[in-house]
Amino acid sequence: MILRHVSPGVLVTAAVMVTVAVGAPLIVDQFQLLQLTVFAGMCILALSLGVVWGYGGILCFGQSAFFGLGAYTYAVTAVNVGESTLAIALSLVVPAVFAALLGYFMFYGRLSDVYLGVITLSVTLIFFNLTNSTAGDAYRIGRARLNGFNGMPSLPTFNVPGTPGRLLDPTETFYLVMALLLIVYVGLHALLASHFGRVVVAVRENETRCELLGYDVRRHKLLIFTLGGAIAGLAGSLFANWGAFVSPNVFSLTTTSQIIIWVIVGGLGTLVGPIIGCVVMQYLATELGTQQLANTSLIFGIIFLAFVLLVPRGIVPSLAALRARLSAARARPAAQARRAA
Amino acid sequence: MDLAVVLALEILNGIATLVLISVGLAIIFGMMRVINLAHGEFLMLGGYAAIVATNHGVNIWIAMLVVSPIVVGILGVVAERLIIRVLYGRMIDTLLATWGLSLFFIGLVTTIFGNTVAGIGAPLGGFAVGRYSISLYRLLLVGIAAVILLALYAVLRTTRLGLLARGTMENPNMAAALGVSPPRVYAATFGVGAALTGLAGGLLAPISGVLPTVGAAYVAKAFITVISGGTAILAGTASAALLFGTVNQLLTYLTTPVIGEAGLLAAAILLLRVLPHGITGKLFRGSL
Repeated sequence: MILRHVSPGVLVTAAVMVTVAVGAPLIVDQFQLLQLTVFAGMCILALSLGVVWGYGGILCFGQSAFFGLGAYTYAVTAVNVGESTLAIALSLVVPAVFAALLGYFMFYGRLSDVYLGVITLSVTLIFFNLTNSTAGDAYRIGRARLNGFNGMPSLPTFNVPGTPGRLLDPTETFYLVMALLLIVYVGLHALLASHFGRVVVAVRENETRCELLGYDVRRHKLLIFTLGGAIAGLAGSLFANWGAFVSPNVFSLTTTSQIIIWVIVGGLGTLVGPIIGCVVMQYLATELGTQQLANTSLIFGIIFLAFVLLVPRGIVPSLAALRARLSAARARPAAQARRAA
Repeated sequence: MDLAVVLALEILNGIATLVLISVGLAIIFGMMRVINLAHGEFLMLGGYAAIVATNHGVNIWIAMLVVSPIVVGILGVVAERLIIRVLYGRMIDTLLATWGLSLFFIGLVTTIFGNTVAGIGAPLGGFAVGRYSISLYRLLLVGIAAVILLALYAVLRTTRLGLLARGTMENPNMAAALGVSPPRVYAATFGVGAALTGLAGGLLAPISGVLPTVGAAYVAKAFITVISGGTAILAGTASAALLFGTVNQLLTYLTTPVIGEAGLLAAAILLLRVLPHGITGKLFRGSL
């Protein structure tokens, strides 16, 4: 039923993901495989904002709050339980509950776009300060010491559910993360093709009209925002697992601006855009990190400005528009020739 | 008793700091509906301007009160010309572009000065209240914040410049029809807002020190204050600063500074749930 609405582009992207998932471990070395794993995890994070902002029209500057909350939830639970299944589940639930709570105040207070941006940004900065100040023995949750700005090292990594001793090796982790990325990507497309998803997009287009048609705008916004929080939390647990480490940096301005840059560069209102933007910018950030010529912030700021001023729609929509223009230009002479004949 | 005096002064100081860091933002947001996410970096640059000038032998008062506002004011006018002007009316794009600008400034300053804390000593020394010692400089900040608010009120209320600014804010098309050039008013407004922000950055530099990422510590509080204040620039900023400064300092006194900040945010979210248009959306309507 829903498959009817799925466009060929989605199938192509899904096929590419499957190809990468199956092919990459065969051709790249372990270091590159680890790189790909973190890229894929970050793609999930990019998708979370891609759907909340691009489709829900909610400019959330605090997606890193949910990401970080997911990462810390995973860390604390995994250290306490010693097994990762519950930790992964909670890393979805806790950020979702927090997003729902925050969203309730924002959407039911009917705050406008700009106010949302500022509040979500403030929330993430407060989390940054809070976690930074948790150094010392006093700040522990169960057996997990939070360690303030030093972060929590040597976290238990993912294991096969039910058997804490059997840890996933890097290749298996890569398969898992790619599978999750595929599930999130296809799942979000299916959701957007459903009745709920269409109402969400309609709310983005015209809130008043939706309300007059009898839809509860606030509830739809709250639900999509909460879903975005859960997905970002999942990405957080993947990130914590990847480095077996989590520090307050997950809440930092750098993290939150990166997510926004991925979506802007890739393109708003698409799901493949944030993925492409994420991979391109992550690759760039890694390359910039290994050289000393210019500060990464500086370059990112310039890219950010350039895209907002010159390519405000992002890569994917701009390319699509360009293709449409080109094919229209090609069709025009043909039509003229026909008319002349 | 002594403790009560100290606590009262701390609260006054908290309120004054909030007024200082948010008044420039309030002017820019209130007049132009532009959210300047590089606000924190304007503060940071004001701080660096004061420190660099002082280290080059400029008198510390001149560095803080003259050099900082001029440097940041000029930067503000340039930013307005190059970036903000292109995006008028596109609120979200302005928000994003100024965020890009903020990253750019952080990167630039890190490249030049390195990622370390720079600072200058606070002038004036202190005096004693019973067993406690109070910094005279912090007390002076309270006075300066009050003077800034009063001066802005006087300029907006009584001068022709203020009239033009208020008119343009009220109805840009009508102002343009009457021969005022809104772009010029906007450029001046942005410059003044940036200069006040630079002044605040310079004044706060001796207290908190500066490093390239110090903007992040200010920007959230400044935005919360301005947004919770609502449409009236001065009354809004003053009342929101009064409320949040008190909440912040009391919680800080009772628990830790971080809880104080979290409490400030929680108070703002609750307030906006009740008054979505800020304090002056409901109370003190029609004030400046």
